[in-house]
Order: sequence, then structure tokens, then C-alpha cells
Amino acid sequence: MIPQMKMTTYVDALNEALKEEMRRDSLVFVIGEDVGKIGGLFKVTQGLLEEFGAQRVIDTPISEAAIAGAGVGSALVGARPVIEFQFLDFITIAMDQIINHASKLRYMTGGMVSQPIVFRAPVGAGIGLGAQHSQSLEAWFVHVPGLKVVMPSTPADAKGLLKSAIRDDNPVLFLEHRLLYSQSGPVQEGTEFSVPLGVADVKRDGKDITVIATGRTVGLALTAAANLAADGIDIEVIDPRTLKPLDIATMVKSVKKTNRLVVVNDGWRTCGYAAELIAVMTEECFFHLDAPIRRVCTEDVPMPVAPSLQKAVMVSEEHIARACRAVLAA
Amino acid sequence: MHARWHMKRSSSPTQITGAPPDSVETRLKWYCQMCSIRAFELEIVNLNKAGLIPGTAHLYIGMEGIAVGACAAMREEDFLTSTHRGHGHAIARGLDLGRMMAEVLGRSDGYCRGKGGSMHITDITRGMLGADGIVGGGIPLAVGAALGARLRGKNSVVFCFFGEGACNQGSFHEALNMASIYKLPLVFICENNLWALSAPFAETTAGESVAGRASSYGMPGETVDGNDVEAVFTAVDKAAARASQGMGPSLLECVSYRWEGHSIFTRVENRPQKEIEEWKQKDSIERYRAHLLKLKIATPEVLHQIDLEVAATVSEAVIFAKNSPQPKPEQAMEDVYS
Repeated sequence: MIPQMKMTTYVDALNEALKEEMRRDSLVFVIGEDVGKIGGLFKVTQGLLEEFGAQRVIDTPISEAAIAGAGVGSALVGARPVIEFQFLDFITIAMDQIINHASKLRYMTGGMVSQPIVFRAPVGAGIGLGAQHSQSLEAWFVHVPGLKVVMPSTPADAKGLLKSAIRDDNPVLFLEHRLLYSQSGPVQEGTEFSVPLGVADVKRDGKDITVIATGRTVGLALTAAANLAADGIDIEVIDPRTLKPLDIATMVKSVKKTNRLVVVNDGWRTCGYAAELIAVMTEECFFHLDAPIRRVCTEDVPMPVAPSLQKAVMVSEEHIARACRAVLAA
Repeated sequence: MHARWHMKRSSSPTQITGAPPDSVETRLKWYCQMCSIRAFELEIVNLNKAGLIPGTAHLYIGMEGIAVGACAAMREEDFLTSTHRGHGHAIARGLDLGRMMAEVLGRSDGYCRGKGGSMHITDITRGMLGADGIVGGGIPLAVGAALGARLRGKNSVVFCFFGEGACNQGSFHEALNMASIYKLPLVFICENNLWALSAPFAETTAGESVAGRASSYGMPGETVDGNDVEAVFTAVDKAAARASQGMGPSLLECVSYRWEGHSIFTRVENRPQKEIEEWKQKDSIERYRAHLLKLKIATPEVLHQIDLEVAATVSEAVIFAKNSPQPKPEQAMEDVYS
């Protein structure tokens, strides 16, 4: 039977995933600032309080460390928390619980305990909120053993990956670019739909250049690819979807076909996630490359507010196209 | 006196197998546990001198009355969170001394298969949610355990241990506030040993006492003589009863003193020698021993017999630990993910 598809926004897709998982498993609960009465600042948790009650949809004081710690402790006694940070930037206050506790408790106890926690947060710039509400800090979390990191780029991936993240027995950072929240896309109907962690998706087939892009930049890469196609340049776009664990095989296969690679990520350039992707692909594909790898990242500055300044430092489809032309010319 | 003892409870405190707290059996058990903590840690000092301890251990010697008195109020379904100075809580909760010592030595048969060491001894099956290497790190975790237990429909009380140094961490404030607004079943037990490494309590902590901070969070606070095991039990038992009745958390400040340095790794000591000696005169074990003899709860012979049993048990634990193999190198890559 062909699955029925429904046009769904990214926010609604996340909301459906939460509802379906909370109906399926009474140990799943949601905790965070403003997640209950108003359904979250970005409406991802809308309607949950009404359906599941205050014991499973918990509005908190502004206490990020205690929110994260509450997740860690509840997971130790068998619950499955989904924690919302209002902005990823605020997670800095909760880092002890994530880095020193959630990521390490299984290892430090020799495998005695598990930490089935999802840490959700909107990430990234683009709506003029300035340097403390715009960061893409995914590289920090990818660096730490014991964590998984997910960054969906479409409504379907948002729903399918969130369901898998909630069912996973490890701590998962689930990073949602806020510019994607209002975007619509086809999502398979039915509760059985999910997307496994650790599997990349080839979003566009091509033969000339591989572009590996994450989160919001996947859409930019696809636009750049469509524009370059007019000039006869055929781009393959790969979305890792799960930044950790990374589906290396899918990317290697692509680069061995195209022999050229551009890596795109909304994090800062220096020591960013793009740098890790380049290191991995260099190790795996060095002798298959016909040109040096290029990366397209956010410039190494705190995010400014003025639209002209913001545009100057954020990744754009023009930047991606320029990088693609550069690796072809090399 | 022991109000909670007389309430209907789903099970009795685990350590005293149903015996009332003022029974001879219970009191001898407390004496035995305090002596076990002391003897276990004196062996750590020996093993460290012999170069057998990889890393460090933070000794609880001098503070035994707190762990034993507090854990005596725990029921089977209750949980505890501990600290970097956690051996006392683990022993008072009934963890196996052999597996504990094997963990301190980083061996395969340790509670954490040699991956955690002294600072991460955990036994989920006993509700011991773990020692913790981050000062104040376990306090929010205790709030989560209470939330999780409530979600699972369990009437568990969470006993959250931390030092006075942790009271100046933001996590203390966030966690106590959250526990209070949700009326969670928690007992916050501050072990005030007066020194945070080199930093004296009075110079680092605003306000008269830790217990005094309780009113800011709308919960009862009480300062307790941490070297009086029965006083600790009475206060913790009362707070636990309140918690399990849905009346919310309490903050108890148990004042005591660590006899040894901050850790076996730390060489610096800036505490006045006179102060250390004065506190040794207030030893909770000697004091309880005298109390038991004075009230004729025990004879010197009975206590001597307990001392011998403790020494034998700890010796066995050391032998077990020394005989436990080093973990295989390939195990370093295991247990990162579930």
C-alpha cells in the first residue's frame, strides 16, 4: 500500500511526534519553560498539557540547570524526559548536567544505567534576535562521547527523527532551526512512520559535486543546486540528518562518484561541525578528490542584529554556489 | 518521638529489617555501620600508601553519624543521591563492601567495572543513584528522581546529600526552588563539615546557616548535630515522613567535620591542627559507643564482637578487591552508548 502523505509544517510535525510518543509510552514526559500553558514559545508543545495533564507536561521556573538535572534524575529512575530549551543559547547554563552527567553516566557506571533523554532546542540565526539567541552550537555536543546529535531539515525528518530520538536509550540533542518551523512539506500519515537515527539522506542526486549540508542549509544547498543546474552543473546534496552517529558510508559513496566536496553548516567556521566532516572525508576519500574541499559556514563573529550585518555573516545559497564553482574551477 | 515510624508504610527501612529505631538491634546496626565506614576508609588510606589506588578518594571519616542516621530512615522504594565524598552513604545504604573496594581500586568486579572509581559508585538496585564528582551536581538530579518516581506512581522519597560547599552553587538554588514549588518528596541533607577544600564555611557562605536558607524556599529547615547518629535519624525521619505525605521537601543541615584532608590526592591542609583535634574529641563513633554502654544497651563484649566482625568484613572486601582482575583494555570502548 502506498503511504498517504499530508502537507505538514515543521512545527506541527514535531508536535505530532510528541503526541504519538506520549500516547504510546506513559513514561515519556515534557518539561521546560512555557511548554504547558502556552504550548511553547514556538508552539511545538501545543495541546500537550490539555491531553496529558500537568504531571507529564511540566512548566518550569527559569532554571535551565535544574530542568536538565531533573531530566537526568528522572531518566535514572526509568522515565523518558523530553526537555525543551527555549533557545539553544540557554543550554549553556545547563551544560554541567548534559556534559558531566547525561553523556557520561552510562560509561561511568560501567553500563549500569541509561539516559533516555531528548534535549530539544531551536537553533540558529535569521530573525534578528542577536548574539545570545542565535547560536548553532551543535559542534560542542558532537564532540562529547555518549551524546547523539540530530538536526532535521524537513518536516518529515523532524517528525520521524524525533520519534526515534524519544525511543532511543541515549541522550539526544535534537536541534531545530527556527527558520524551518513554518515551512511545510509532505509527511507520511500514520503512527508507524519514523526515521532511524544514524542514516543520511540523499536529498538530490548529482554527479559533479557532493554538497553535505546540515539543518537549515540543506534547503539552501538545494536552491543553489537548482540554480547551478541552469549552468549544467549537477550537484548531489546529502543531509546527514544525524550529526552523531554519522552515516559515513553514504557520504563516501557520493564523493567517490563526484570527486568534489563542499561542506555546509550554520555553525562557526573555526572548529565547527564542517571541520569534522572535512576531516572524516579527507581520511576516507583523499585519493578520490580532484579538488580541495571547501566549507561554507557562519563567519567567526557573534551574530549581529541589523539585517544587513546578519546577512553578511550567515550562510546563503550564493555562498554555497560560489564554493561549488570554486571546487569545479580548482 | 518517631512519628513516621508509627505510620502505615509500604515497607520498613531497609537497614533495620523492621526493628523499631529505638530497639537494641537497630542501635547495634547503626554502631556497626559507622564502624564499617571508618574501617573501610582506613583501609583506603593503607591501599593508597601501597600505591594501589588509581586516582583519588574523598574520605568520610569523622562524618559517619550523618550517613548512618539519615539512611536508616530510608525505605526499600526510596532513592539517594550522593557526592564525591560518598562511601558513607553507599555503606549505610547496604552496598557490598567488596564491590565498593574493587571499584575504588579500578577493578573488573567494582560496581562500575572499574570505570567510575570512588567518585561514581552507584547501585541502581539499591536506589543509590550515584556518587557525583561535580559539587552540587547531584542536587537537580535528586529533583528529577522525585519527578520520575511520581510519574511512575511510586511513593518514593529521595534523600539528597551534598556538602556546604555545594550550597553556593546555582544548582542548589534552582533545585530547592523547583522541589518546593512542585511539593516533591525530597529530603535535602547538607553535610556541613565546615571546610570546602581550603575555604572555611564562615568566609564563603552568606547568612548564619545553611538551614536558615530553607525559609527562602518555603520549606522547613533545621540544623542538626551531625555527630549524633540518633539526632540525625530523628530529624531525617521526620522530614521523610513529611515528604511521603505529600507535604514537600525539607532542608537539614548536619554539622560535622572531616578528619582527613579534602582527598587522598590533595596534600594541602590549611585547617588549624587544634580545630582538627577538637573535632576528633567529638567523634560520633566514640560518642555512640559511650552512649550505648552508659544506657546499658550493649556490653563492652558485644561491641568488641561487632568491632571484630567489621574488621573481618573489611579485610574480606580488601582481599576480594585485590584479587579482582584489571579490566581488559578493549573494555575501554564499551558502555559509551546503550
